[in-house]
Amino acid sequence: MRDTIILRVVVKLLLPAILIFALYVQFHGDYGPGGGFQAGVAAAAAIILYGMIFGIPAAKQVVPPSVVFVMIPLGVLIYAGTGVAGLLLGDNFLDYSPLGSKPVYGQHLGILIVEFGVLVTVSSTMLAIFYAFGGRADEADAAEEARKDGEGGS
Amino acid sequence: MSTILADLNYWVTVFLLVGGLYIVVAHGNMIKKLVGLSIFQTSVYLLFISPGKILGGTAPILDDKYTLYSNPLPHVLILTAIVVGVATIALGLALVVRIHESYGTIEDDDLTDLESDT
Amino acid sequence: MVVTVIGIIRAHNLFAVVMLGGVYSFLMATVLVILDAVDVSMTEAAVGAGISSVLLLAVLHLVRMREAPLRHTPVIPMIVCLLTGGALVYGTVDLPPFGEAGGPQNQHVAPYYIENAEHETHSPNIVTAVLASYRGYDTLGEVTVIFTAGIGVLVLLAARRRREDDEDEQKGGAA
Repeated sequence: MRDTIILRVVVKLLLPAILIFALYVQFHGDYGPGGGFQAGVAAAAAIILYGMIFGIPAAKQVVPPSVVFVMIPLGVLIYAGTGVAGLLLGDNFLDYSPLGSKPVYGQHLGILIVEFGVLVTVSSTMLAIFYAFGGRADEADAAEEARKDGEGGS
Repeated sequence: MSTILADLNYWVTVFLLVGGLYIVVAHGNMIKKLVGLSIFQTSVYLLFISPGKILGGTAPILDDKYTLYSNPLPHVLILTAIVVGVATIALGLALVVRIHESYGTIEDDDLTDLESDT
Repeated sequence: MVVTVIGIIRAHNLFAVVMLGGVYSFLMATVLVILDAVDVSMTEAAVGAGISSVLLLAVLHLVRMREAPLRHTPVIPMIVCLLTGGALVYGTVDLPPFGEAGGPQNQHVAPYYIENAEHETHSPNIVTAVLASYRGYDTLGEVTVIFTAGIGVLVLLAARRRREDDEDEQKGGAA
């Protein structure tokens, strides 16, 4: 991928727009179409696009794999933690009513927290899967190159 | 004629379902099988969502301007199904990569031959 | 969409198959918008045409690009598929016609959700309210499924590709 000037410039312009759109879709999931899954996939797609154009090591610098591996179970914990919080405050598991001053506000707050947990898990899982596949491809390319150099040299 | 229009969505769904099933069963290449599996899954989404649509209704987001909404319940179920589908595809692709590294091929027939040799 | 599926069946070049799969996902997303399923359409477009295509292309990079021709004509699968299709079409005769409001699927639970979701959860989007609050347990299961799939992929692809040289691969902590 040598002559990629157009792609690089366009990706640099698009990337913040995609991330802001993902956050918009996440927090407006209550008032329009959207929610955690769409936002998570869009956020992961932004970083994957960056990784495809600029190379996976560059993407790994932006979002290091250690951060991704911490985020994957963190979203599940946020979700389950909200459910357990409802349990500890006196109601059933995953009942968000006791979280706010009135049950309606509790439900709204619970929905927001839960969708945030979904966003974290979905985006980090998609990104981790991409890193795994892409890392394999990079290894395969490097092995190919090494083999060709070895054959050419000897 | 009205029967055709009334049932057309089901016929399209059945055709997509059978097409996806045919790809999974009849083709040997694993990547094509996975694409066929995803076609099969998306046809099931159509199967669930099309009976929920009400002509003249709108998307199930409450607004003062509209009174008739389409059924929101299938949307919820299918949202889960889509994400589970992509999880399946991702795991299937990881398996394909490992099979290719271990055996050097991803064709069904070649794998059966290899197995019958050893 | 029907044409796209026929194209996928007939194509031998795997790259064409993946691209047609992306086209199919986009067409499906458009049809879903027409069917008033806007949340589902956004998810299908992002996931089907985005993530699936990217992952399939990444795997194509690692394996060959062409499909080997079939060694035997697939007569029996074709007959099985046609029989299944016939049985399904026979079954759809009794299903409620398209677009009618009176069918049993719209009668029992859906009107309750449409009427009560706003003032019980303070969110106009009924789908999000049902997904996160009324059926929150299912969504917890779904998030667990995504988590498990991610862990599964990382475990499968964590081992190093070649065992020859001891390079320190910073491939992410598994093993």
